[in-house]
Amino acid sequence: MIETRELTVRFGPVVAVDRVSLVLPAGQVLGLVGESGSGKSTLARALVGLVPFAGRVLVRGEEWRSLPAARRRKVQMVFQDPFASLNPRMTVGAMVAEAARSWADVERLLELVGLDAGHALRLPRELSGGQRQRVAIARALAVRPEVLIADEITSALDVSVQAAILNLLREIQASLGLTVLFISHDLSLVRYVSDTAAVMYLGRIVEQGAVDAVVEHPRHPYTRALLDAVPSLAAPVIVEPAVLDAEPPDPGAPPPGCHFHPRCPVGPRVHPDRTVCEEADPWVGAPARPHCAACHFAA
Amino acid sequence: MRAALRTPAGALSLAALLGFVVLALVAPLLWGSRAAQVDVSHLLEPGSAAHPLGTDALGRDNLARVLVATRDSLLLAVLATVVAAGIGIPFGALPSVLGRRGARAANALIDFSVAFPALLLAIFLAVVLGVGARAAVLAIGIASAPSFARLTQTLAASVGGSDYVAAARVVDVGRWRLLTRHVLPNIAEPLILNTTIAAGYALLAISGLSFLGLGTQPPDYDWGRLLDEALPRIYVTPEAVLGPVVAIVAAGLAFNTLGEALARGTARRPVRRPRAGAAPAAAISPSGTLLEVSGLTVSFDPVEVVRGVSLTVEPGEIVGIVGESGSGKSLTALAIAQLAPGSVGGAVTLWGRGVAELSRRELGTSVAMVFQDPGTSLNPALRIGRQLAEVLEVHAGAPRAEATAVALDRLRSVRIARPEARMAQHPHELSGGMRQRVMIAMGLMGEPDLIIADEPTSALDVTVQQQILRLLDGLSADSGAAVIFISHDMAVVAALCGRVLVMYAGRVVEELDAGALLAGAAHPYTRALVASVPDMAADRSQPLATIPGRPPEPGEVGDGCAFAPRCAFAGARCFVETPLLRELGARQRVACWFPQA
Repeated sequence: MIETRELTVRFGPVVAVDRVSLVLPAGQVLGLVGESGSGKSTLARALVGLVPFAGRVLVRGEEWRSLPAARRRKVQMVFQDPFASLNPRMTVGAMVAEAARSWADVERLLELVGLDAGHALRLPRELSGGQRQRVAIARALAVRPEVLIADEITSALDVSVQAAILNLLREIQASLGLTVLFISHDLSLVRYVSDTAAVMYLGRIVEQGAVDAVVEHPRHPYTRALLDAVPSLAAPVIVEPAVLDAEPPDPGAPPPGCHFHPRCPVGPRVHPDRTVCEEADPWVGAPARPHCAACHFAA
Repeated sequence: MRAALRTPAGALSLAALLGFVVLALVAPLLWGSRAAQVDVSHLLEPGSAAHPLGTDALGRDNLARVLVATRDSLLLAVLATVVAAGIGIPFGALPSVLGRRGARAANALIDFSVAFPALLLAIFLAVVLGVGARAAVLAIGIASAPSFARLTQTLAASVGGSDYVAAARVVDVGRWRLLTRHVLPNIAEPLILNTTIAAGYALLAISGLSFLGLGTQPPDYDWGRLLDEALPRIYVTPEAVLGPVVAIVAAGLAFNTLGEALARGTARRPVRRPRAGAAPAAAISPSGTLLEVSGLTVSFDPVEVVRGVSLTVEPGEIVGIVGESGSGKSLTALAIAQLAPGSVGGAVTLWGRGVAELSRRELGTSVAMVFQDPGTSLNPALRIGRQLAEVLEVHAGAPRAEATAVALDRLRSVRIARPEARMAQHPHELSGGMRQRVMIAMGLMGEPDLIIADEPTSALDVTVQQQILRLLDGLSADSGAAVIFISHDMAVVAALCGRVLVMYAGRVVEELDAGALLAGAAHPYTRALVASVPDMAADRSQPLATIPGRPPEPGEVGDGCAFAPRCAFAGARCFVETPLLRELGARQRVACWFPQA
């Protein structure tokens, strides 16, 4: 449905998104995991045209750049913070109507996201966080999108509301046959929602594959570290994640060789003989490895 | 804005301005003929009963002329402001709706035009455009337009960067609509304030031009013109000068005070925090229960947000408080540290002594707070080492060298690599996780007995989060400090804490061992909360369990259990009688009429 080829976004000297090639198959959910600053939100913004990028984006095989606006907006996005993404001075109905075809359509959309038509006349400040996020979803659906990008849509919401929004997203995805890019820092959410998963580190995809394969047999040490760090009520212990106690590096000056090597638990800091990690970029041969892992020692 | 008009300054200036408007409307009707009446027998007379401010060179009454001139003076000022706003605001809004290249050009043009000194430009324009009232209005209007453009540009840029404008762009809302529906309504308030103040300046500027002979020309007159005519005789008949001067000053003040009052009213009022008593008292003797809170309430008149929280913390214990936003968990923490806004009731004792009696220094060294966002809790202008050392210098009066040595030691204990180098850095040079460690190190400077951590890991990445949890756990074990850990994330709380309090709508609804959260919770809310969080084993073929409805607003809570409207097990009693915390086994307390097993 939508495909990126070596998509790159630069902010001055910082490469926020570094030659990302991803495929979102039609009607499926791709989960994108990464820490803050990994570039996942920037990638999302590039896909809806909010950030200029280099490289190519193909929608149904056609070049994104040459598409008319009406086709471009078939790629829609729901933002992280529903308190910031709704205009405080516009009613819910007016906001959805900007994108919808008719007022009847507005009512249908509000119903679709679990709000009643009476909400159309309310202002955002009269709604709870969960209701606001439903409005944001309704607005995105109003242009009948083919692709929906959900950028951390539950991270600003309460725990009890998060479940309802995730259920809503899954229902809509299934009933409308949407293609979804689900972005989250939480692997347990990605696993629950997605069919395939991609892991992003310092602007690059370091591993991707079917979600079960990635979660159960991670190939990249960073994915393993993320998995270790997922807190669990069933096993409530503090697990020191398998990264060395070093802070994420500066995206403006990524380390040479493998970007992950200063923190890597199987890299040169632990195995001094693995100098290849400091010299050669494992991203180069990644497509040939299992899960396209950007690691010289992908297990 | 309305609230601003209820302040004395706002109300007074608004009344004065309305007075001027009324005067402008009626004065020419009432005194117009008197002001125009030439009387050759009374030329240039000083003040008298018939002519309080004297007469002018043609024997016309000065007072009447000042009153009648109100209309022209105000009208010209308002017109000039309209011209300025009419040019400046659309021009300033251009960059936010034009494409990338157009925006750059518009920005450059605004920057360029702001560089001209406005008053010089006005005088220059007035001369070029020809002498007269119309030219003066245009000159002042054009000369003040750049400042309007700059203000609009700045405001529009901040709104233009917001998510809701981005969202509107994504659904392909047109540029014009973007401007009129999304950008302008959200910057209207500051623009109106600025326009009010600008009208005051325009009044002064027009009067100035008229005074210089560039503005209103005879036989027309405004205050500036009157001043110009009366000035040569200031030593003979000062009262003739007084009239226009008072009028200009009063009207100018009215505009400016109203603008200032509006600006103050729209700015957020800082929350006033209660001050801790500074009375010196007996030193704290660390024995028995560390912290005892009973019947704690925090209310923002008249709404009670924390409604009777009781809890105890033993030395060295790690206690979790779980709840959703609005449950009152953060306010409870702030109230314990004597930092809560609003009015606080109930009793908080530290080592058996009321915290309200403790001095700031005692409280500051025995209780440490760690907040959610380490980016905003550190002073961006101070080096890390200085900020840490200052705590000890201020609280304990330690000499600088000693305080610096302790700071270095604390940075090491929160496992910051190369602490000597970090001491010399500013907060912005550190990552989020590192800043949170510095915050914790700062809390440790006073060797606290209690660390209150309010969502300390929520702004951090998962890999860093676990490191901070491990750090808190280790610190508590090493130093014997107790920790109150507040979070919305139950899995995190379960991993770190021994005991957990679950809060809902300002009350503790359940208290239990952290290990029992998954299987042993008795309150339907706790159980529902636990069930709604997916973990790595969640069944993907099933929808997640949800809690119907939403938490009540603080003002909506009445009698009965606050959770009853959302509860699947609620009976008639739940809506009438408020359940209190009661023992359920040795290590569990629950506030529910129908606890689940």
